Amino acid sequence: MELAIECQKLSKHYPHFDLSNIDLSVPTGSVMGFVGPNGAGKSTTMRILMGLVTPDTGTVKVLGCDMPGQQVRAKQEVGFVAEDMRLYASQSLGFHMDFMKSVFPAWDDKFADALLKRFDLVRDQKTKGYSHGQRIKAMLLLALARKPRLLILDEPTTGLDPSARHEILQQLMDVLEDETRTVLFSSHNTLDIEQISDHITFILNGRIHSSSDKETFLDSWRRIRISFNDHDRPDDSAIVTSQISGSLTVITTNTFSDQSLNAWKLQGCVHAVERMNLEEIFLACVENEREQRS
Amino acid sequence: MDVDIVLSQIDPRPMYQQIMDQVRQRVTIGDWSPGSKMPSIREMAIALKVSVITVKRAYLELERQGVVITRQGQGTWISDQLNRQDMQYQELEQVLERVASIAGSMSITDEELVSLVRDYLKQRGD
Repeated sequence: MELAIECQKLSKHYPHFDLSNIDLSVPTGSVMGFVGPNGAGKSTTMRILMGLVTPDTGTVKVLGCDMPGQQVRAKQEVGFVAEDMRLYASQSLGFHMDFMKSVFPAWDDKFADALLKRFDLVRDQKTKGYSHGQRIKAMLLLALARKPRLLILDEPTTGLDPSARHEILQQLMDVLEDETRTVLFSSHNTLDIEQISDHITFILNGRIHSSSDKETFLDSWRRIRISFNDHDRPDDSAIVTSQISGSLTVITTNTFSDQSLNAWKLQGCVHAVERMNLEEIFLACVENEREQRS
Repeated sequence: MDVDIVLSQIDPRPMYQQIMDQVRQRVTIGDWSPGSKMPSIREMAIALKVSVITVKRAYLELERQGVVITRQGQGTWISDQLNRQDMQYQELEQVLERVASIAGSMSITDEELVSLVRDYLKQRGD
């Protein structure tokens, strides 16, 4: 399997935060959703991938290029959009489009014009008066019209109205029509990630919590409502979170299978087994991590 | 073949199952006829704005059920061995399975369930 992004054992120390042992592999032609709470290390990781931050240890390969050593070559074919990027306020979007076109030979005029319409943006408007959503859309336009082989997007849908979000997701999916193109994006909107990602990587407190294909990932999680035979002694190795109310315990587990269900049935009366969406899994992981820290 | 499938964000079933159900439904009602070519996994994913891996899973399970046939590197077709009546029976069976499981959880006996069904049909006939 060809990898668009491959990093091993990345670490970066900051006075109040440590990124530790980050391994990340993103297969070519897929969408990787990068999920984690605020301050978990998503943006830092993306910056390292782009060669904007140098890791203390570890190796990064982006589109086969070592980063940051071969970043000039890699960046020809990588589109990066982060929330804190700025446009030239006194210039129009058209100025930015012409500028990008002069730097990137793969710039596609026709596609850029189509995106202008779809994103509801005006070429001649100065970017000074842009709303947050317009700024994000403008930045995505500038990245997408270059037709990069790899898109690295930090929170591309945050703060957008539903129709703009919808449009962005559609554009990300359209990118995949070409099997050699790849998308890595982070989002707080777990619905977006759940919908379009082939792989999901969870980052918590500077560490990769889990990274796997989405179907396997969602399949391994369940919420089980159970009355344990022996309240004090459930086998808790498979429990991520548990909440007791009366005789009923509601547990979440990330090692669910038909066999594990049989094991649960031996320990008590199972009242219900429910699938969880990414948001619920996210919350369970964060709760579990907080408990372990305290 | 147009991919005019609409998925629900609040349907509690996983996305791949929704895709499977909709494909089966299309076949059952006769919109997609046996032997016709399905959209490729990537085309379907882009049209539905759903990840490739989810559509791949739906296609795999549909193949396991004998609804579609995939020829490596060529694409996926609605099985021409498919019998619409069989599909309709399968769908009916799925509903019955659900009915039986709800009845089971309510401790309703088989006899009671049968008479409930009979009553329902009689009422509907009136």
